Amino acid sequence: MSALDLRGFLHGLPGVDQVGAQARAAMLASRSVKTTAKQWALDAAISMIDLTTLEGQDTPGKVRALCAKAKRPDPADPTAPMVAAVCVYPDLAHVAAADLKGSGVHVASVATAFPSGRTHLEVKLADVKYAVAAGADEVDMVIDRGAFLTGNYQHVYDEIAAVREACGGAHLKVILETGELVTLDNVRRASWLAMLAGADFIKTSTGKITPAATLPVTMVMLEAVRDFRETHGRQVGVKAAGGIRTAKDAIRYLVLVNETAGEDWLDPRWFRLGASSLLNDLLMQRTKLATGRYSGPDYFTLD
Amino acid sequence: MPKFEYAPAPESRAIVSLRESYGLFIGGEFTPGARAFKTISPATEEVLAEVTEADPADVDRAVSAARKAYEHTWAPMPGKERAKYLFRIARIVQEKARELAVLESLDNGKPIRESRDVDIPLVAAHFFYYAGWADKLDYAGYGAAPRPLGVAGQVIPWNFPLLMLAWKIAPALACGNTVVLKPAETTPLTALAFAEICQQADLPAGVVNIVTGAGETGRALVTHPGIDKVAFTGSTEVGKEIARACAPSRKKLTLELGGKAANIVFEDAPVDQAVEGIVNGIFFNQGHVCCAGSRLLVQESVYDQVLAALRRRLETLRLGDPLDKNTDVGAINSAAQLAKIRELSEAGEAEGAQRWSPPCDLPVKGFWFPPTVFTGVSQAHRIAREEIFGPVLSVLTFRTPAEAVEKANNTPYGLSAGVWTEKGSLSLWMASRLRAGVVWANTFNKFDPASPFGGYKESGYGREGGRHGLEAYLDV
Amino acid sequence: MSDVAMSGPARVTVRKTYKLYIGGAFPRSESGRSYLVADHKGAFLANAAMASRKDARDAVVAARKAFGDWSAATAYNRGQVLYRVAELLEGRRAQFVAEVRSAEGLSPRRAEALVDAAIDRWVWYAGWADKIAQVRGAANPVAGPYFNFSLPEPTGVVAVIAPQASSLLGFVSVVAPAVVSGNTVVALASERFPLPAVSLSEVLATSDVPGGVINVLTGRTAEIAPWLASHMDVNAIDLGGAPDSLADDLAVAAAENLKRVVRAGDQDWTLTPDLDRMLAYLETKTVWHPAGT
Repeated sequence: MSALDLRGFLHGLPGVDQVGAQARAAMLASRSVKTTAKQWALDAAISMIDLTTLEGQDTPGKVRALCAKAKRPDPADPTAPMVAAVCVYPDLAHVAAADLKGSGVHVASVATAFPSGRTHLEVKLADVKYAVAAGADEVDMVIDRGAFLTGNYQHVYDEIAAVREACGGAHLKVILETGELVTLDNVRRASWLAMLAGADFIKTSTGKITPAATLPVTMVMLEAVRDFRETHGRQVGVKAAGGIRTAKDAIRYLVLVNETAGEDWLDPRWFRLGASSLLNDLLMQRTKLATGRYSGPDYFTLD
Repeated sequence: MPKFEYAPAPESRAIVSLRESYGLFIGGEFTPGARAFKTISPATEEVLAEVTEADPADVDRAVSAARKAYEHTWAPMPGKERAKYLFRIARIVQEKARELAVLESLDNGKPIRESRDVDIPLVAAHFFYYAGWADKLDYAGYGAAPRPLGVAGQVIPWNFPLLMLAWKIAPALACGNTVVLKPAETTPLTALAFAEICQQADLPAGVVNIVTGAGETGRALVTHPGIDKVAFTGSTEVGKEIARACAPSRKKLTLELGGKAANIVFEDAPVDQAVEGIVNGIFFNQGHVCCAGSRLLVQESVYDQVLAALRRRLETLRLGDPLDKNTDVGAINSAAQLAKIRELSEAGEAEGAQRWSPPCDLPVKGFWFPPTVFTGVSQAHRIAREEIFGPVLSVLTFRTPAEAVEKANNTPYGLSAGVWTEKGSLSLWMASRLRAGVVWANTFNKFDPASPFGGYKESGYGREGGRHGLEAYLDV
Repeated sequence: MSDVAMSGPARVTVRKTYKLYIGGAFPRSESGRSYLVADHKGAFLANAAMASRKDARDAVVAARKAFGDWSAATAYNRGQVLYRVAELLEGRRAQFVAEVRSAEGLSPRRAEALVDAAIDRWVWYAGWADKIAQVRGAANPVAGPYFNFSLPEPTGVVAVIAPQASSLLGFVSVVAPAVVSGNTVVALASERFPLPAVSLSEVLATSDVPGGVINVLTGRTAEIAPWLASHMDVNAIDLGGAPDSLADDLAVAAAENLKRVVRAGDQDWTLTPDLDRMLAYLETKTVWHPAGT
């Protein structure tokens, strides 16, 4: 597809009416998930978490603590499922890789000058190769929002395609940073752009700005992956990241997946939640369902 | 077995305290009458309560009580004091919101999510809005110090029982009238709960009177010589009867009747929201909506895409127990209504349209009809012309905006219409040409006490809501 | 030893401290000053905070910060919030009657009538929130294929120099009309009778009125009013409570950023108002949009 065709295609996608989209997301958020359904949803949500630490002050010690939590989230209950992945900066990916080896928990590394992405393509590709070499089997890249907002879709496409190639066997999540794209029309276009360029996952946010993930934004992305599979025959995953703090929030996202893209996406292979403090709230709710008592933060680890 | 089954999430019935039997609410008190009838839950067919059938003598008593209250108490009362009664009522409705929502779903069959999130909040809002007009009538655009009419006789339908009551009573009282209201025979309970709210608010006796009953009671009410104003919401057929009956008298009359609204989807519509709008337009409240978008007019160039998206969306609709918080589609209100829906659907098939429904488990007891879509419908088909008042959508196509307008207007009805397009000028061009009292652009079935609602042509006359809604209850 | 004294030595009362109300909080004046407020007989009532120009400046900042959300709230929501204020005022009716009596030296009957009028005035304005647009807006029949409509919108931050003589009813009557349509207010209470306005702030703080929507300053009119009148981030000003000698100068200062100026002055506050005070703080926005295929 030429640059002009690409632009024509993206601008020819159906628009999103913001008011209607927000109303639909709000209605889905009012679903009541109880008893056995809640039990399933809490475990599913835990198994979909990319347990994340992306701070300037991260150290190997911090990463190891997080990996321990990832493999055994509830110190008191071994039946609690493991999370899907641990997500770290590239220079600590080797620590995570060593700790998680053989556990089944994936190693995700951000790359491409996360979170801003404001540097030269060569630096971004070097960042990706470095992370993959260090043992990351998933790479979370950021798109060039500046290029997107100037309408330079071809540039954004080319970067994603180049990163996809640099990933090799690792799977690629493309972070749209929806908080900077602002409109739902932009989110729809960016989703399609990323998928056409080869994304394995499209991801809402870096978690470094607000707003991060929201229900309406995630809904539009779920509509995009649903329609893309329909027209292009390839299934792409969705990751909602940032701002998802409570079990209630997480369950709302699962309802959204269920009633938008459908249950084919209700699996850690196709849906992820990027979060850190969410895990303890899920564990607390899980414990309450099992024991009948409200739990407290002292009974879960802070890593 | 779906991966993610939500599990039953029933709203508790315990919050509602139903009496075994209810009298008529006349002159501030519940009084007995001669005959009784039962009201049932359409989801389970269980009897909920016994309700009194008001005979002409009862109606007469009610009108006298209303007249007395009008002359001695309500009309002489300054607007700012009337306002405070209406504000009290609004507040009590909010305080009892959950109870009223459960009661409405029990008696009507509509999903609790709708009673809770749409009906009851709008009831409170209507009383709040009109409370504020009671002492500002000078500014309403009807001249200085406009006077009320007197006693209003009001007959309301079963589809939004308490909301229709609010639409009638709030403006009437705000303007200084007193009322005698007859709720529908299948849904009397929230009106009777409202009577209790009037008592709690210390509303002066006789300002609001509730007479339960069926067609006979309604006839006695609207033809009563002591009534100055008749307000009716219901079928066009009965509306015409009332218009005929009122013609020789000097009673002021407003009618809010049936519809066969066109929901028009253009090729540049925001498709996902348009599909929501189609679903909302005809399956909200089981299609028991006068302004339902019962005719989908889809531009031929996007027919396949829209229909595919619609079918996919309909498969996620949840039909079942109205008291389950996850139910999207509840019960049909009565056996009689169910029979009508079936009859017209059979006619649709007989006339050659293709019928489709998503797979649905219909409960054994109660009155149920699955969401149904007819394609290959032409303007001449009965299902394109007659109001079905059920969850049945007829799909037609068009090529150009002018053709859409033509087809949309080609009906004796004129209550509402929907337009879906991303192009602002097209929305406005269509809105200016659609002969309908309410035009929804990129939305559907949105209501607000500040927004006037009513029909063109055989959908009735008069408007409810907004500043325009005051006219019906003022002597102007 | 019981705490409930049925007889015996007289109980010492816990006296209230009267502070400013800015941004939803109750600070003392940053200047640390207060001034003596006396009852109608000259006896000591309280030391009220004496606001400084910096307090006034902070209040304008708080009002500006609150304007975005308050003006974006639905009219229905604003009406509900203002009605709630009336509910709380009614609950404290006895307190306000006592305060108005002691301030203005009125008979119990007269004070009750004024407080009742203040509560009803608040209810009257609450009911306007979702109606102003219908009375003041319009669809305009322009000669072309355009949809054209005019809508009233709030002007922004309104400074109010509250009436000097009417400590509660007058105060309510100049503040409510500004906020009902979405403006936010910095009000300077009556210099001689500031206490009922401060008690009203307590009502505002415990109702659902967001912090900063209404800010109440107490102090010297001649000191504070000029700072509000000349403030470039204040969009409108009600000079009613300023003495005539001062009001002219204030109006001149207000002209620097073309504030909308209300100079209605003292009046019989018991009469139902007209719309002027609400309309003074409204801008009219007219929008054109073609209708075509």
